[in-house]
Amino acid sequence: MSREQLAVQRARKSFQTGKTKPLEYRVHQLKSLQRFITEKRKDIAEAVKKDLYKSEHGTELFETLGLEGEINLAVEKLAEWAAPRPVEKNLFTISDEVYIQPEPLGVVLIIGAWNYPWAVTLQPLVGAIAAGNAAVIKPSDVSPHSAKVMEELLPLYLDKDLYPVVTGGVTETQELLKQRFDHVFYTGSSTVGKLVMEAASRHLTPVTLELGGKSPCYIDKNCDLTVACRRITWGKFVNCGQTCIAPDYILCEPCIQSQVIEEIRKSIKEFYTDNPKTFEDYGRIVNQRHFKRVMALMDGSKIAIGGDSDESQYYIAPTVLQDVTGESKAMQEEIFGPVLPIISVSGVDEAIQFINEREKPLALYIFSPDNKVIRRVIAETSSGALLANDCLVHFTVSALPFGGVGNSGMGRYHGQHSFDQLSHLRSCLIKKLNMEGVNTMRYPPHTAKKLGWARFFLLKQVNLGKLRRMALLATLAALAAFVVQRFLR
Amino acid sequence: MERQALKRAREAFLSGRTRPLEFRLQQLTALQSMIKDRHTEIATALKQDINRSQYDTPLLELISLENEITLAIAKLAEWAAPRPVEKNLLTISDEVYIQPEPLGVVLIIGAWNYPWAVTLIPLVGAIAAGNAAIVKPSELSEYSSLLLRAMLPRYLDQDLYPVVTGGVTETQELLKQRFDHVFYTGSSTVGKLVMEAASRHLTPVTLELGGKSPCYIDKNCDLRVACRRITWGKFANCGQTCIAPDYILCEPSIQNRVVEGIRQTLLEFYGVDPKCSPDYSRIINQRHFNRVMSLMEGYTAVLGGQSDASQRYIAPTVLKDVPPHSRLMQEEIFGPLLPIVTVSDMDDAIRFISEREKPLALYIFCSDKKAIKRMLDETTSGGVTVNDVMIHYTLTSLPFGGVGQSGMGRYHGKHTFDQLSHQRACLVRSLGMESVNLARYPPQDRQRARRVRLALTSPMIDFSKRTYVWAVCVTIIAFGLFVTLLVILLIAAGLNCTCWYWRGFYN
Repeated sequence: MSREQLAVQRARKSFQTGKTKPLEYRVHQLKSLQRFITEKRKDIAEAVKKDLYKSEHGTELFETLGLEGEINLAVEKLAEWAAPRPVEKNLFTISDEVYIQPEPLGVVLIIGAWNYPWAVTLQPLVGAIAAGNAAVIKPSDVSPHSAKVMEELLPLYLDKDLYPVVTGGVTETQELLKQRFDHVFYTGSSTVGKLVMEAASRHLTPVTLELGGKSPCYIDKNCDLTVACRRITWGKFVNCGQTCIAPDYILCEPCIQSQVIEEIRKSIKEFYTDNPKTFEDYGRIVNQRHFKRVMALMDGSKIAIGGDSDESQYYIAPTVLQDVTGESKAMQEEIFGPVLPIISVSGVDEAIQFINEREKPLALYIFSPDNKVIRRVIAETSSGALLANDCLVHFTVSALPFGGVGNSGMGRYHGQHSFDQLSHLRSCLIKKLNMEGVNTMRYPPHTAKKLGWARFFLLKQVNLGKLRRMALLATLAALAAFVVQRFLR
Repeated sequence: MERQALKRAREAFLSGRTRPLEFRLQQLTALQSMIKDRHTEIATALKQDINRSQYDTPLLELISLENEITLAIAKLAEWAAPRPVEKNLLTISDEVYIQPEPLGVVLIIGAWNYPWAVTLIPLVGAIAAGNAAIVKPSELSEYSSLLLRAMLPRYLDQDLYPVVTGGVTETQELLKQRFDHVFYTGSSTVGKLVMEAASRHLTPVTLELGGKSPCYIDKNCDLRVACRRITWGKFANCGQTCIAPDYILCEPSIQNRVVEGIRQTLLEFYGVDPKCSPDYSRIINQRHFNRVMSLMEGYTAVLGGQSDASQRYIAPTVLKDVPPHSRLMQEEIFGPLLPIVTVSDMDDAIRFISEREKPLALYIFCSDKKAIKRMLDETTSGGVTVNDVMIHYTLTSLPFGGVGQSGMGRYHGKHTFDQLSHQRACLVRSLGMESVNLARYPPQDRQRARRVRLALTSPMIDFSKRTYVWAVCVTIIAFGLFVTLLVILLIAAGLNCTCWYWRGFYN
């Protein structure tokens, strides 16, 4: 039996013992995960530095902070999330217990990505643990140092059998995907996403696919360009552009293009100094393949800022391309690098048209002071998420479901959404064996009269909440009337 | 033909026709009129397809369909409105909400056992969510599918909601095309093929599949009532219901009483000869007739067992002491055969159920609350009804769907709307308050990191309704206390008599 098969089998056996059912156990595991992040902070930061040249503060800001927030939220809210959720009844079931019971699915496969190896691999794990599942964690081999640290250190904190870490490359992932899971959570590219879904279809396994795409960023000519460009610059060049929700390209009118370029230049200098190469907070491309890929995307376009590179370090300077068109090389695939094309459009109409001609992106950014313009863009486009007047921060609001649509993915997570996505929400109806008389209307032999009664009972919606409120109001009114009668005469 | 229908549907969708709620409401109202006006024709088609009685059709199909449409019309504005969510400190002055949006073009593949409910209830959700939809009814329920193809274009927009009929070839052709969601009801085998085809376009799917729904009868419950309810659920539509109780699990000591209970009920429902009862249906076609008959091979029925191939009639049949490895226990029966498998006690039943694939429904007949809770905790299934069968289907507030081999995704009521919408996360900030953002920009240092940590940590203030109510109440009470204090002070300071009284007291 292969290593992957063994890991899945052990996880399943362990799950079937029922260990993960009690909430105390899940909270204990989550708290251990929290301890892992706090105690091994240095190891994590070092690994990320080796993988992506990210500074220690950068790692904290973008990887562990969000993760800690998710764990805290899960620990605090678990009892609420896992409790039965009562629902509205009809007249027929008025005296019965009707609720939705969240239950664990079983063994979840989490395939992580390399750009934020900790956040993107462990945040789904938080939801999996909270929901009471076992989980096989497969960190990306493109960020090998993080994968190694995860493989070595995670078992010291979490249950080894329930949450094994399986490292490896394409072969190992394919071997894992042949096994049967109860849910597969994949973060990565659309191409591989299709293969993951196809593999999952053989076992009828539901999937969550967090994919990517080209996230457009429209700048209205009437907005405060200094602030807008600063935020865009931050969002774009964080992690050297290797963020799934980074603003991929800019759409703006030609009259403001030069101003936009100037503002971006100023912001780059502010953030990364005149020589980003020597600056601690500016990252690197993860490997040579991606370095070459991103460099090739610059072909044929006019470079307005940056453009220099150093292959030995996988360094690409923060680059802005101007006068890019829809047919340019930079517009053919998700850039996932520090190259920011600017495309001219005549106004918001053309921008909307441009966006709609393409695949639905993971995020859509719009910078405008005019609420009407923002509403219009929301109404006439579609994307995983929409953020007006800033970049990336919707990722931090755990109440917002994070996920794509169309080619940018399916399913969502963060906060309670992770819990719900990795649970089975089971419909429960608890009746009693009495009141059998009511049931006669549904039994054969059928008559028109019986049918009439059935129709009445099944179709009448009973809003218990409203009834209760009305009863309370009536009582208060009666009380008020009594008081008036008695004391104010 | 399929490609053209899709092309027209997509163009119609892109025109933006479905966005205004008025349009969707108008289409839903039209659908409602169709069901109301043509219910006789629908009943006739079902009689020809499956010998469904004229009362069973509304009871089992049309009432729930009408209910869904009425609910969608009443609640559409609420469902389609932006849904505000909890914020964190960083976004405290921003608009943060989830906006439901249409997905695009949905493919709905119906089934033949309840051709109207199972094909049109997803359509209600698709219309409500603002999508276009290609409706592909099952070819096995021939008369219903032809009637639908003739009727639907007369009530609904022809481009947005075309009906495409046909068999396996036409369905495969449809599945090669690109949709924004595929909603399939049917068998697990075909479900896998549907999901595989959808994976090529990264299309999300809802699969309402099947399985063997177990029915456990505890020896200490009211067997008479239990058997009556089980009999109704099992033999309605001649057992061809995805959530029909597939087999019974009970202790050997009550097996004979269970059989007796069912026998008496069958007499009550269908008379001495069910073949002559207008309320007893037939098997849908010859292939399924042969399939169900072959499941019985080698076993002697303790009740029923008769059949008539010319009518595709199989009598309501009960088999006892069925071994777990028999053919009868290997596939979903989907017919009027009710095997009874004996188990030693509830633990044994739980083990039996957990060893098998997760079913679409689980039924437990028991009067002991603790025992019920234990069984619910230690098993899983798409849905559960305790002390009755199938009724969880009728509550639109309960999500209806499977888990594992019995399916993925869910629908009914608002769940259909949500399933066929994209829940888009929206965060609308302003370009002001830039100073708050400075902490996140490079160059990074410890102080900035700390500031960001503060802004991003779990909300200090939970913006839920409960907190608002609490805050309001506390403010009122505090205000009341403050007023009282003021009054006391005023009285103490202002009114002489009281003042002297206190002075006197201390002297």
